[in-house]
Amino acid sequence: MSIDSPRAEFFGGVRAELPLLLGVVPFGLIFGVLGLAVGMPGWAVVLSSSLVFGGSSQVVFAQLWGAGTPPPVMVATVGVVNLRHLLYSAAVAEYLRGLPWRWKFMLAYLLTDEAFAAAIGRLRDGPATAHRHWFLCGTGFTLWAGWQLSTLGGVLLGTAIPASWSLDFSIALTFIALLVLSVHRRSDAWAAIVAAVVVLPALALPHKLGLLVAAAVGIVVGLAMRRFDRSKP
Amino acid sequence: MSTTVLLLTMAACGLVTFLIRLSFIAFGHRLPDDPRISTVLRYVPPAILGALIAPEIFMIGGNLNATPDNPRLWAALVALLVARLTRSVLATIAAGMAVLWVIQGWSG
Repeated sequence: MSIDSPRAEFFGGVRAELPLLLGVVPFGLIFGVLGLAVGMPGWAVVLSSSLVFGGSSQVVFAQLWGAGTPPPVMVATVGVVNLRHLLYSAAVAEYLRGLPWRWKFMLAYLLTDEAFAAAIGRLRDGPATAHRHWFLCGTGFTLWAGWQLSTLGGVLLGTAIPASWSLDFSIALTFIALLVLSVHRRSDAWAAIVAAVVVLPALALPHKLGLLVAAAVGIVVGLAMRRFDRSKP
Repeated sequence: MSTTVLLLTMAACGLVTFLIRLSFIAFGHRLPDDPRISTVLRYVPPAILGALIAPEIFMIGGNLNATPDNPRLWAALVALLVARLTRSVLATIAAGMAVLWVIQGWSG
């Protein structure tokens, strides 16, 4: 088996992804529990992991559904939550050029935060071999399998976990960790703080538009504060 | 909401997410290569996460509670500190839940 065989690349991706599952599996379990807690049927919680396949956006979906949000607002909010994947798509595009459509479709479906994070180093800095897309396939598939199984586990566990454990709060804690990882400059922090303050009164807006409005205000303030950052890219 | 509406909404959310991920992979040569797009996009994660976190901490049963007797506030502050120090999602969850349980155990 040569170093750049599809098999070697795929399992290289699997190995790169495995440590990240340590954070993903508890998140999937919690999402499964939370989905049931807001009143989604178990099958819908499990199905959302393959149909939507994006942890934070699935949590938002569950919360909005539990609050009786109009479907167009739900779709728009999920779209904004997942908008950052545009950046991942742009970053991997040059390494996937010339692949058949079925490959592009499959890898786009598998392109999550964790699959991207574990694969971009190999794509960017590793040898430009013909089979390197198999590495992304390996990270993406590993995350996909881990996410499906942990969501299913959460749904099965869900009925056994009492509400007094306040496990729903671990979703907020997950978001806090992701937030800290996404803040690199002062203007990033301003975007987060302003959105957090604005969302509280904005929750009273009709059709559950508060989340979108608060995020938009945060983004505008972040852009405006950019000039005060010490270093610019 | 009926099962059909739930299914259709979920499918639409999946389609939108898939198209976002497919965008540059499939149509990169036809999309604008404007650095301003990535400048705006970099503020999306912190802004959306800030907007998601605040209600989880401050809205208890539909009412705003931003006083020191809100245990979630202290748990969130400790979690923020632990996240900054460790940059670990697991350590952040563990620390925040531990603080929440300790305070809830004391007061209840």
